[in-house]
Order: sequence, then structure tokens, then C-alpha cells
Amino acid sequence: MNINLTLLGQMITFAIFVWFTLKYVWPPITTAMAERNKRIADGLAAAEQGKRDLEIAHHKVLEQLRDAKVQAASLIEQATQRGNHIVEEAKEQARHEGSRLIAVAKSEIEQEVIRAKQELQLQVSELAMAMAQKILQRELDPTKHADLINHMLKEL
Amino acid sequence: MSEHGTITTSSYIQHHLQNLQLNLKTMSLGNGGFWTINLDTMIISIVLGSLFLMLFRLAAKKATAGVPGKIQNFAEIMIDFVNQQVKDTFHVTNHLIGPLALTIFVWVFLMNFMDLLPIDFLPRIAGSLGIPYLRVVPTTDVNLTFALSLSVFLLILFYSIKIKGFSGFGKELATHPFGWKLLPVNLVLKLVEEIAKPISLSLRLFGNLYAGELIFILIALLPWWLQWALGGVWAIFHILIIALQAFIFMMLTIVYLSMAHEEVH
Repeated sequence: MNINLTLLGQMITFAIFVWFTLKYVWPPITTAMAERNKRIADGLAAAEQGKRDLEIAHHKVLEQLRDAKVQAASLIEQATQRGNHIVEEAKEQARHEGSRLIAVAKSEIEQEVIRAKQELQLQVSELAMAMAQKILQRELDPTKHADLINHMLKEL
Repeated sequence: MSEHGTITTSSYIQHHLQNLQLNLKTMSLGNGGFWTINLDTMIISIVLGSLFLMLFRLAAKKATAGVPGKIQNFAEIMIDFVNQQVKDTFHVTNHLIGPLALTIFVWVFLMNFMDLLPIDFLPRIAGSLGIPYLRVVPTTDVNLTFALSLSVFLLILFYSIKIKGFSGFGKELATHPFGWKLLPVNLVLKLVEEIAKPISLSLRLFGNLYAGELIFILIALLPWWLQWALGGVWAIFHILIIALQAFIFMMLTIVYLSMAHEEVH
């Protein structure tokens, strides 16, 4: 065993190596490892969260679907009711209009009848007058018997 | 195995156990007492350490929190492994201990690993380049193992004093384990306990690797038809040893430093 200056040299070498490892080797690698650990943990947590979110979303979708169905059914119901209502109303209106038209027509016919009657009366009276004139031309003065004729005409 | 025919068994062994030494007083190859640098230990350990640092620096540079590449994957496995040991033992936050343990583990492992190279491979290449001696396994050099363990020892002292203060550490030395009345006994016991740490730490590593290398050398001296059988078995067993010794060195460093952080009850 011969101890010599190599001892000191090796101590210095060793110190330099340890310093280098401490300064340039250990920190970057351990940092990277720690960061990867964190990333993996985060990733797992995110995956878990995603799974839960998906489940929640699934539930929500089902709920919304059910709601939509209910709403659609109620809309259809409403639409049907409204349709029926409109048809009913239209029928009512048509009936109303029809009866009104009939009434108008009836009254027009009545008026026409009345007018025709009057005209007829006039013509008949004129005819009667003409006939009477012809008959009485010789013996009667039309002016003298006008009121009598009018009276007759009214009774006609 | 004799490379020149004339070489004897003992000189072959001794040749393999001889460091390439530089005498700093004369600046020539050879042993100069304390003022000597073991060039092979220094160079090989620095090359291996730089290899480790470059590989891990590459991983650190490209480190991403996304999908890691192959190098990063490897570095992360190592760091995770070391970190796990630290966390299991250490109950205080200390930013030095992780990198320290990682450096020790990988560096010591790489240096131990040199033991698995064929025993004559690198020395023969060096020999052909005109280098007379080459010890390939730096951890069989007691200078290196002591350098590691003394550094750890200094850290133990530093943290003991930093955490407990001079008085706290002094009190621990003086009163543990028998109380004030037996102060001298405590002091001796505690000093032995503390000094035993670096010595056992370095000698354990040194002894294991030295013995392992020696057995490889002895196997290399056997006839060729026995060499591969015994060499194979020993090499396979040695894979366990080199990893285990690196691990033990790292683990004990962590334990000792954790003890330095904790108050004695």
C-alpha cells in the first residue's frame, strides 16, 4: 500500500465529478421526471373528468330528448286542436254566410215581386182605364169619374 | 500465461500489480515516495468518469417530460434507482446526496468493470506503445478508494458540524454512548467508530477488487484449456461483485451521511 499524491488528485477529480453531476446532470433529469409524473397524473385526472363529463352529457342528452318529445307531442296536440277549431270556425262562417245570402236573395225576390205587382197594378189600371175610356168615351168624362176609378183600383 | 517465455510467474504477477507511476520530483517515471502520481489510475478513472458524465449530460440535455429517448430512459432508471435508495434511508432533504450517490455508483461500477476486460488486453496494447506498466482497474489502487472514502468522511464531518453545530457534535463525541462520567472512553470509542467508517469503506472496495484481479491473474497463469472454464466462472461471479461493491459503497455513503444528519438519542 503506497499512499501518494494520487489520493489528492483523485479527491479533486471526485469533487469535480460530483459537482458536475449536481449541477448539470441531476437537476434536468429529475425535473423532467417530476414533470412527466405530473403530466401523467394530470392526464389520468383529465381522463377521469372526461369520463364523468361524458356521462353527465349523456344524461343531459337523454333528458333533452325526453323533453323534446313531450314538447313535440304537445305542439302536435295544439296544432290539431287549432286545426279543428279553424275548420269549425270556417264551417260556422260558411253557414252564416250562406244563410245571409239566402236571406238577401229572399228579400230581393220579395222586392222584385212587389215591384212586379205594382207595375202590374199600374198596367192593369191603365188597361182598365183605357178600356173604360173606350167604353165610356162617349158618355163619360174621365175627369169626372177619376176618383171612382182610383177607388176601384185600390180595391183590386 | 507467459508472453515472452522467459518471464516468471512472480514477475508476471508483480508486473500486473505495478502502477504506471510518475515521480513529480524528477518528472520521470518511477516511484518517488509521496510525490508520485499513479498515471494509470488517474487517467483511466478520469476517462471513465468523463464517459459517465458525458452520457448522462447528453441525457440531461435532451431531457424531456414527454416520451424519453433511450439514453434518457437509461439515465432515468439509474437516477430513479439511486433516488429510491436515498429516499428509503434519508429523511432530510439534501440536494447533494443524490448526485453524490449516483456519481459514486456509476463511476465505481465503471472502474470495477475494467476488471472484466481480458487481463492482458490493455497492458499489452500499452506495452506495444512503449508504456512499461499499466494497471487497468483503478479501484485496485488504494489511493483511489481512499480518495473516495476520505471525501465521504469529510462530508460526514461537514454535515455533522453543520447540522449539530460544533458543540452538538462535540457533545455527541464526548457523551455518547456512556454519558459524561466516562468521557475519555466515549471519546475513544466514538473516534474509532468515526475513523473506522472511511477505512472500512475504502478497504472493502479495494480488497474485493484487488482480490478479484489477483484471481484473474492467477487464472491467466493456468494452462490454456483450464483458463476459459475457471475464467468464465470467475468473470460471471465477478459481474455480481463489481455491481455489488459499487452498490455497497453508494449505500454506505448514504447511510453514513444520513447518520451525520440525525441527532443521536
